[in-house]
Amino acid sequence: MRQIAFYGKGGIGKSTTQQNTMAALAEQGHRIMIVGCDPKADSTRLILHSKAQTSILALAAEAGSVEDLDLSDVLLEGPNKNWKIRCVESGGPEPGVGCAGRGVITSIGFLEENGAYEDLDYVCYDVLGDVVCGGFAMPIRQGKAQEIYIVASGEMMAMYAANNIAKGILKYAHSGGVRLGGIICNSRNTDREAELVGELARRLNTQMIHFIPRDNVVQHAELRRMTVIEYDPTSRQADEYRELARKIHENDRKTIPTPITMDELEQLLIDFGIMEVEDESLVGQTAAAV
Amino acid sequence: MSATPTREQTEAMIADVLEVYPAKAKKERARHLKPNDPAGSKECAVKSNVKSRPGVMTIRGCAYAGSKGVVWGPVKDVVHISHGPVGCGQYSWSTRRNYSRGTVGVDNFVPMQFTSDFQERDVVFGGDKKLAKINQEIAELFPLAKGISIQSECPIGLIGDDIEAVARQSAKELGIPVVPVRCEGFRGVSQSLGHHIANDSIRDWVLGTRDTTMQTPYDVALIGDYNIGGDAWASRKILEDMGLRVIAQWSGDGTINELATTHLAKLNVIHCYRSMNYICRTMEERYGIPWVEYNFFGPTKIVESMRRIAEFFDDTIRERTEAAIASYQAKFDEVRERYGKRLAGKTVMLLVGGLRPRHTIGAYEDLGMEVIGTGYEFGHGDDYTRTYPELKEGAVLYDDPTAFELEEFARRLRPDLMGAGVKEKYVFHKMGMPFRQMHSWDYSGPYHGVEGFAVFARDMDIAINNPSWNLFQPPWTRSGEVVTP
Repeated sequence: MRQIAFYGKGGIGKSTTQQNTMAALAEQGHRIMIVGCDPKADSTRLILHSKAQTSILALAAEAGSVEDLDLSDVLLEGPNKNWKIRCVESGGPEPGVGCAGRGVITSIGFLEENGAYEDLDYVCYDVLGDVVCGGFAMPIRQGKAQEIYIVASGEMMAMYAANNIAKGILKYAHSGGVRLGGIICNSRNTDREAELVGELARRLNTQMIHFIPRDNVVQHAELRRMTVIEYDPTSRQADEYRELARKIHENDRKTIPTPITMDELEQLLIDFGIMEVEDESLVGQTAAAV
Repeated sequence: MSATPTREQTEAMIADVLEVYPAKAKKERARHLKPNDPAGSKECAVKSNVKSRPGVMTIRGCAYAGSKGVVWGPVKDVVHISHGPVGCGQYSWSTRRNYSRGTVGVDNFVPMQFTSDFQERDVVFGGDKKLAKINQEIAELFPLAKGISIQSECPIGLIGDDIEAVARQSAKELGIPVVPVRCEGFRGVSQSLGHHIANDSIRDWVLGTRDTTMQTPYDVALIGDYNIGGDAWASRKILEDMGLRVIAQWSGDGTINELATTHLAKLNVIHCYRSMNYICRTMEERYGIPWVEYNFFGPTKIVESMRRIAEFFDDTIRERTEAAIASYQAKFDEVRERYGKRLAGKTVMLLVGGLRPRHTIGAYEDLGMEVIGTGYEFGHGDDYTRTYPELKEGAVLYDDPTAFELEEFARRLRPDLMGAGVKEKYVFHKMGMPFRQMHSWDYSGPYHGVEGFAVFARDMDIAINNPSWNLFQPPWTRSGEVVTP
C-alpha cells in the first residue's frame, strides 16, 4: 500500500488533480482510499458525484464523539462500480471557530483505529492550502503519507507555497521518513511556466513530475461533479491525467527536499521575469512622495 | 544571640549549593538566591517573576490556578465554570481551604465543581455553544446563583473561542453577571498573572456596576483575604472592633454584590498585596479610594496595622482602636505566656506564595522565634522590597527555589521548623524536620487576627515539640555528617 498526499496553495486545483489522478489509477484496477483533510470537504465530490460528503467530524458531532461512529458511516463508494475508490472526508468546523487541525488528527486516528487502511493499493490525502499547524502536518507524520506531491503553477504565490510545503516535508523527513515525490504543474498559462516550475523543482531537489495543460474540459466535468476520466474518457486531458497517474505509479525519485530561502526564491522569480528587481529606495515611500 | 548566619556565611552556602549546577543554570539561579540586606542594597536584590528554568522542580502553579483557585474561587454565590477539559477543575476541587458560609448548592457554590468537560468535538468545533448551554443550565438548576464566572483553561485560548460574546449574550438572557476570564494556564510564568487577569476581569465586568442606599463614613473593604481556615472572619472582627463597617470581603466568603459595590468604600485595606494590589490601584485611580496594606499575623503586626488603618479615620475610630488593642492585650499575653518558653529561640525557614513569606515573620518573632530563610513561589520585586527590612541581615532569600535548593539550604541551616506547602511537607518530615503547611494551615486555622494568633502558636508548638521527633534517628546523625551553617 502506498500512501501519498497532495499539498499546494489554496485554489491551485489540488482536489481536481487529485481526484482525476486517482480515477486514472482506479481505471487500472488499483484499490484506493481518498482522505479529504480540508474543512470544506470538497476532496471527493467528483468521485461521488455529490456535493460535500458528510464528514467524520460532522457525524461525530451529531453522534457525540468519534467513538460512536462505525467505519461504514463515513466511508462511501462512488456510483462508478468499475472503480474501487473509497471516499472519506475529515471535515471540520465553520470558518473562524474551533480547531480544524485537531479535527484532522481526530479523523485520521479514527480511520486507523477502525481498520480503514486494509485491502488498499493507494491512500491519498488531500490537504488544505498550507501546512498552517501541526494538525495539517498529520498526514505527513510517522506512518502516514510517505510521498508528497505538490500542486503548483508558474504564479508567484503558488511557488511561495510550494517552497513552504517543502519546509514542512523537510521537518518530518528525518523523523517520519516522508519524501517529496515531485511537483505537479497545473498550468495557468503563465510565461515560461514549465521551465520555471522545472527550475524550482530542481532547486528543491525534486522533479516536475508532470505538466498538466489548461483545458476547459476540466470545468465542464466539474460542473457535472465528475472527473474528466469519467466525463470524457477519450479527451486529451484525460490522457494527461492518465500519464500523471502512470508517472506517480512508476515514480522512483522520492527525495528529501532542499527548501530555498526567500531571497533565492525571489531571485528565481526575477530571473524569469515574474518579479521586478526591488528598488530599495522606494521602500516605505508613499504615493505622494514618489 | 542571633541564629541567622552572617552575609558571608550565607553567600558561601549559596555558592556551595549551586556548585552542582551547569554554568548557565548556576549563573541564572544565583540571581534568585541572596543573603538578606535589610537596607535593600542592590547587590542583595533578588530577581523574581521570571520563567522557571526547564529541568528543575518548581512548585509554581498556572494562571488558571491564580484566577480560579485564588481570586475568583472563594466568591461563594457565583458558579465558577472550569472551562475546558475536566482535569483542571476536577483536580483543583476543594484544594484550597477557603471557608464559606451558606447552603451548598443553594447560595454557596464554593464546595462544588463545575466544568464544561471539553471533548474532542468541542476543541474541533469550538465550545461556545456548549458554554451558552451550560450557563443556561446553571441558571435553571441554581436559581439563587448570583453570577457565573468562566475560568478559561488552556484549549480555550488555543482554539480562539469567543467567550466574551457568549458571556454578554448569556448575561442578557439570564439576567445575572457572566464574567469571562482569560486565565489560560500557559499565560505568564506562574499563578501570579492569573491573579492579575482575575482582578482585571472584576474591574471590567463587575466593579462599580451596582449601588447601595446606605453608606457610612466608616465603610471599608477587606481586600486580599481568602478566608483560609476562617482567616477573613478573624480579620473582620478586628476591623469591626475598631468601629469600621466591612462592606466587602475580597474574596474569602465574599459575594458578587460585594465586589460590585466596593467602589463605595472609604478605604481599601489589603492583606495579600501580591494578588490584589491591582484592584486597589484601579479603585484609587477610578474612584479616588485610598488603600493601605496591613498585617494581621501576630500581636506586633496586628497592633501596628490597626493604628495605621485608624489613621485614615477620625478620633472616634482612633479611640475605639486603642480600646480594642487594650482589650486584646490579655489574650496576646496569655498566648505568649503559654507558648513563648516552648518556642523561644527556635528557627524557621519558609517557602510560601506571595505574601506569607514576609507577613508571618512578625508572628514568629512574637513567639521568640527567628526566621532564618524565606522565599516566594511567585513574588515580584515589590514583594522582596517589602521583605528585606523584615528579616535579619544574612538570612537566606530564595525566589522560586528548586526542590534541590530548598532541601540543601534546610540541610545546611537545620531550622527547627519548615513552613511550606504539601509538596514539601513529607520530604522534610523524612529529613526529620518539623513542618507546617503555610498555604492551607495544615487543616487548621485561622491564623489571622487575635484568635488566629493562639491557633498559630499552638500549631507551631505541636509541630516543633512533638515528642515523636525523639523516637527516630534522622539520617544526618546516622551518616555522621557534620552540618554547619
